[in-house]
Amino acid sequence: MKSLKLKSQHVPVMVTLILFLTMFAFGALRYDNFFSTQVFLNLFVNNAFLIIAAVGMTFVIISGGIDLSVGSVIALTSMVAASLLQDGQFSALTVIPISLLVGTTLGFIMGCVIHFFNLQPFIVTLAGLFLARGLAYLVSIETISINNPFFSYMASARIPILDGFISISVIISLIVVALGIFIAKSTKFGRNIYAIGGNEQSAVLMGLPVGRTKILIYTLSGFCASLAGLVFTFYMLSGYALHANGLELDVIAAVVIGGTLLTGGMGYVAGSVFGVLILGIIQTIIVFEGTLSSWWTKIAVGVLLLAFIVFQRVFITLSENKNTIKPSGTNEQEALKLKSGVKPGTTAGRG
Amino acid sequence: METKQPVVEMKGITKTFPGVKALSNVDLRLYAGEVHALMGENGAGKSTLVKVLTGVYPYDEGITELEGREFKVDTPLEAQEMGISTVYQEVNLCSNLSVVENIFIGREIMKGGKIDWKEMNQRAVEVLARLHLNIDVSKQLSSFSVAIQQMVAIARALNVSAKVLILDEPTSSLDANEVKQLFAIMEKLRDEGLALIFISHFLDQVYEISDRITVLRNGECIGEYMTADLPRLELVSKMIGKELNNFESIAQKNEEKEDDGDVLLEAEKVFKKGSIQAFNLKIRRGEIVGLAGLLGSGRTELARLLFGADKADSGKITFKGRKVALSSPQKAISNGIAFSSENRKKEGIIADLTIRENMMLAIQARKGWFNYISKKKQNVIVKTYIDLLNINPPNPEQLIKNLSGGNQQKVLLARWLITNPELLILDEPTRGIDIGAKGEIQKLMLKLSEEGMSIVFISAELEEILRTCQKIVVMRDHEKVAEIQNDTNVTQQSIMKKMAGGM
Repeated sequence: MKSLKLKSQHVPVMVTLILFLTMFAFGALRYDNFFSTQVFLNLFVNNAFLIIAAVGMTFVIISGGIDLSVGSVIALTSMVAASLLQDGQFSALTVIPISLLVGTTLGFIMGCVIHFFNLQPFIVTLAGLFLARGLAYLVSIETISINNPFFSYMASARIPILDGFISISVIISLIVVALGIFIAKSTKFGRNIYAIGGNEQSAVLMGLPVGRTKILIYTLSGFCASLAGLVFTFYMLSGYALHANGLELDVIAAVVIGGTLLTGGMGYVAGSVFGVLILGIIQTIIVFEGTLSSWWTKIAVGVLLLAFIVFQRVFITLSENKNTIKPSGTNEQEALKLKSGVKPGTTAGRG
Repeated sequence: METKQPVVEMKGITKTFPGVKALSNVDLRLYAGEVHALMGENGAGKSTLVKVLTGVYPYDEGITELEGREFKVDTPLEAQEMGISTVYQEVNLCSNLSVVENIFIGREIMKGGKIDWKEMNQRAVEVLARLHLNIDVSKQLSSFSVAIQQMVAIARALNVSAKVLILDEPTSSLDANEVKQLFAIMEKLRDEGLALIFISHFLDQVYEISDRITVLRNGECIGEYMTADLPRLELVSKMIGKELNNFESIAQKNEEKEDDGDVLLEAEKVFKKGSIQAFNLKIRRGEIVGLAGLLGSGRTELARLLFGADKADSGKITFKGRKVALSSPQKAISNGIAFSSENRKKEGIIADLTIRENMMLAIQARKGWFNYISKKKQNVIVKTYIDLLNINPPNPEQLIKNLSGGNQQKVLLARWLITNPELLILDEPTRGIDIGAKGEIQKLMLKLSEEGMSIVFISAELEEILRTCQKIVVMRDHEKVAEIQNDTNVTQQSIMKKMAGGM
């Protein structure tokens, strides 16, 4: 197309991709049976809900915000779904839209509070975290198991692919990812998110609908969290108020490892998917290792996260310096030259 | 001539912020095919006026008309849709987005429910070509220089069918060549029939590019003039509000020191991009050096460099015969340099501490926080300075926020005097305080200088500078333009001429 040269803003995502491939190669070399289609597909099967939540979180973080309520919303959604399905009171057709509304509504309210009262997203969504978790306990402190046929079907259905299989949840998550990529790249709403994350003040002065966009971002994240909660419910076939405790932090970690700048303005939905897959592959490797305790997952994630944040900082500093050190680089001087008859389209051919 | 109708007319605009009247009864007329310069010192209300026009702030009273019809905008977006666009001083774009996006965001070209990137790229190249700019529009904005970013901001403004283009200090971070480039484009746009507002501190630039000038002072409209009919000197006197013929000559002069004294500080070719042009400066022991110039002419910037609050890009500073790197205020303080800031509310006093605590800050910081000065010692020191400076109320435990401006200023002064500096930099120490306190501070300066302390004195009041300083440095457009030994031949008028330049 334009040029094969890697654009600087793609570097963090490329690093994530390379890291994923390296880890997969490491597993494949170290363990028998690791290099199989099913091991790879299981990364999606086991983490479908995480991928969905990460898509919503990606938008939030690109806008320069944060959403801590995700884990609690997943728990609340699963509780609402499980309790409504109990004793066959309601059909799955009624329960699913209601469950989806749970997080969407909460996200909308949090977005409004953040915008209208000009509050820190951190503190507002922290309140959301406590609220949703508390409400989940209010529904019941016991585990509620689900025996609704539709939910059971969603839990057990296998879609064969190559020589392995995936669940319906994987399809849902991939649809969400595709929509997320579309929103980020090809809609005004998506581009406004990047603008707000880059410089909110400028976004206001450029006349962008900053308030509306912010509210929508948290609504979208709430919706994704609820959908993730539903998929999680398919996966667990139960509702429990302690489900997904602290999961928001896994989601944030995945998004950051996926190359999204924690300070906002830069990031890709696809990167977050790889972020989730990296978390998944760490778990898989530890399972294959057999002797390691599962806490090693946390240690590995912690180390990776730290490394990525430091990398981002260095990367930003480097690319900023690059622009300031060269006082008027050759390509700019060239650009500034008065060219009286510039024909449209001449840039495309350059370089 | 004056029969043509203005594109935009603002009449009797009044805007009040809590506690401040930012604009009172201001008129502005913009004509198509003209560059209209908005002149005034910092805080005169230029930016507020622009923000009122573009819907960032609502106004309290007045009428705005576009092509003869009254209109009112509530957001920058509405203003843009009516054809009024602004390019702000700090380039207000999103540097994390591509050039194309910065031009189009908010009004992207859609095709079949999605953004049509191809068409937008094409159009961006076209609109930039109109500005003689040929760059890779898909690259991130941050990869280009400020000058190009500014062009992109203009391109964004032009992309709507603009009638009025407002340029708020567009040249402040551009070098001479880039300014030329910008002016070429402004002229082109003017000839195409746009009305441009140009705000700048640089008088040379205003006279080079503008056709009409409106002068603001303290939120009031002083008048509208054709640039060709308004001599520089008159413009400056209108901006600072002094009638030239009204100057009383200053009889009282400080005695000229015959012996020059040894050099305490010498700056050679000190330079900081976007802040100040390379300058040389010698400050002798016991000398009071006055910095004169309009607000925004680089006075404070020069002082900040000497104090290490900003870091110079190049140049050499020698202090007491030794080359020093004044890279932080801490280093400057330990070298014996003190700086009393222009903005006492924001950078100086700590409102909720007492007089004593405010006074002790600098000396305690210099001694190190572990080397605590006992309360008893503190009281002795504080008492001395309260008496010396006549601080009222003479109660060391009074909270400083309860003091009048003049007394707050004295406490600040005391804070630095306690550290017994060899060079004291005073940035507008007498602004906003009553005449009596002013006199006391001036007297004190003269006394300190007799005792061998060197002082850099920044003031907007030329009279004060003439009365106290041995040497006067004149700043204009971020450049040191003159250095004058003060004697009876120097008058306010001659300094003002230098401040205005181009004579």
